[in-house]
Amino acid sequence: MQATLRHSRALVALAAAAALLAACGSSSKSGSTLNGSGSTFQKAFDDVVIQAFHTANPKITVNYAGGGSGQGKSDLQNKVVEFAGTDSLPKPEDIPKYQGGKLLYFPTVAAPITVSYNLKSVKNLRLSDATLAKIFATKITKWDDPAIKSDNPGVTLPSTTITVAHRADGSGTTHNFTKFLSDVDPTDWTLGSGDTVNWSSNTQAGTGNSGVAQIVQQNDGAIGYVDLADAKKAGLSTASIQNKAGKFVAPTVAGAAAAVASAAFAPDLSYDPINAPGADAYPITSPTWIMVYAHQTDRNKGTALKLFLEFIYNQGEGMATANDYAPLPQGAVQKAAAQLSQLQIPA
Amino acid sequence: MTTLAPAPPDSGGAGDAGSGVRRRATDIWGDRTFRAVALFAGVSVLIVLALIAFITTREAWPIFRRFGLRFVTGTTWDPTNGKFGALPFIYGTAVASIIAVVLAVPLSLGIALYTTEVAPARLKRPVVYLIDLLAAIPSVVYGLWALAVLEQPARRAYRDVADTIGKLPGLGRLFGGPVSGASFMTAGLVLTVMITPIITAVSREVLATVSQDDKNAALAMGATRWEMLRACVFPRALSGLVGAVMLGLGRALGETIAVALVIGSNHQITSHLFRPGDSMAAVIAHEWGEGQSDATYRAALIGLAVLLFAFTVVINIAARAIANRSAQRGAGA
Repeated sequence: MQATLRHSRALVALAAAAALLAACGSSSKSGSTLNGSGSTFQKAFDDVVIQAFHTANPKITVNYAGGGSGQGKSDLQNKVVEFAGTDSLPKPEDIPKYQGGKLLYFPTVAAPITVSYNLKSVKNLRLSDATLAKIFATKITKWDDPAIKSDNPGVTLPSTTITVAHRADGSGTTHNFTKFLSDVDPTDWTLGSGDTVNWSSNTQAGTGNSGVAQIVQQNDGAIGYVDLADAKKAGLSTASIQNKAGKFVAPTVAGAAAAVASAAFAPDLSYDPINAPGADAYPITSPTWIMVYAHQTDRNKGTALKLFLEFIYNQGEGMATANDYAPLPQGAVQKAAAQLSQLQIPA
Repeated sequence: MTTLAPAPPDSGGAGDAGSGVRRRATDIWGDRTFRAVALFAGVSVLIVLALIAFITTREAWPIFRRFGLRFVTGTTWDPTNGKFGALPFIYGTAVASIIAVVLAVPLSLGIALYTTEVAPARLKRPVVYLIDLLAAIPSVVYGLWALAVLEQPARRAYRDVADTIGKLPGLGRLFGGPVSGASFMTAGLVLTVMITPIITAVSREVLATVSQDDKNAALAMGATRWEMLRACVFPRALSGLVGAVMLGLGRALGETIAVALVIGSNHQITSHLFRPGDSMAAVIAHEWGEGQSDATYRAALIGLAVLLFAFTVVINIAARAIANRSAQRGAGA
């Protein structure tokens, strides 16, 4: 008797939950929902913008799921999402896989990838591009190596062993960091560039930016690549890196902005801020894009997507700096806003 | 068939012929429904298993066709340059699981024997309850605990071990050399904590099935408690205990997130247990997000899943065989 009573109570609760779910479903139908996934690098920025966008347009809900650039690309290929966040553009041979046809690339923000290190006695470490490549290739194993010494004249370096920390998970950050290393010193850095590279066996891996930051924080003599926000959060020291112009530049939003400003934007808005030529450019600056189909098939979603992208360029860019991202230069913002006219929405 | 056999005449018991017929009809209907439902439930397991094997193998086929056996024996995993060799991950999965089983088995058997044979009744219940509770903790919690709490002290302990035991000839190959907080050993330790409750719970059930009369008989003949355990309990329980260990091993092999967080993600094959490595499940978890937009890379990751699947099936079949053999031996003794 008691069992059946409990039973029916559970049923009532279930029915109530179902009704609630149905109600949610119908309420969101009157507005529209945009789904995106991909780059975790831009997620912190997207989250802030999405929040503000939702306040301005309460009828439109935007969900951004992260999952990594590869996830975003795959989801967009299969038309699971309306937009994908990605830190690298699709390879030409992958373009036919996108079932929705022509793609549009919308660059949003950029950010420095810091080289964070743990040496208590050294405050302002400077590293040339070749030294950096040798360190991450584990060809330099001690902090008092002559190559590091010559980058840091007058600084006393300890003889601590260098521990290289890298990402355990496949990552666009690894892609852009290793791209810099292969660009500047392909003789010392032979592992190529990719989301996962075949690291030497005496390195250490952590999951996510925060995982790498944790390894650097906990190991005396450790060095790793971490995005600016996580490096700041963990209170890590960051090295100044020698840029193309020969200047040592610290990883700051301003340095990243200078890199983006001196990079050339192609007509499809692809650009490469890695090792950009500007005098104040921070050389390991990662770009990131929102990728959408030019031909939208749903009127509501297409309109919402256009509104969202417009919002990013009208108001979103202004929120970048406060969240450790570099906004695009004015010229690029205008180009991106102009590209919005190529977004075809069915009448 | 037996379903069509008429119900015994006294089945109704009410004496009314009409109601007896009606009842018989519903009985047959109920039997048929039950049979259909049971058949469906039984077969669905097989269908799901077969579909999993088929779909994953089909998705992974490009990698098996291109690399063949080299996918299993290759030691280089370098997606950037299109090289996919899974051996380091197979090795890492095996090493971490073996560490876990070696450490967990004596511990679990000890707990199980304590709760069934030694513990006073008022202690038995809380101990059993707590152990069962350990089994209910989600693996990500174990993983985070290992990452945040275990890793640092473990590294200091490893260093001490490496500086002492690691200096000995022979043992140096296992415990010597540079140490890392995230390592085969740390993953093995987390797995030990995770599989202990399972092995304990199953072992306890198995030990409880040994008849009290047999045990009393042994004790009455003057056997000590240990002699009683050796003579009566172990031979009877052996096959069940092997099954318990294999169940634990199965869990250890497939455990993903806790291992992914602390094994260190390093593609190396080394006998040094304090070095970082990687496991099949951990690689899939770590690299799936970025890897799936590239067709070959995706196939390689699914290929790892196929290997892991095959690995666990082989282990389970072996376990069944061992359990059967020891059961026969136990029965013969």
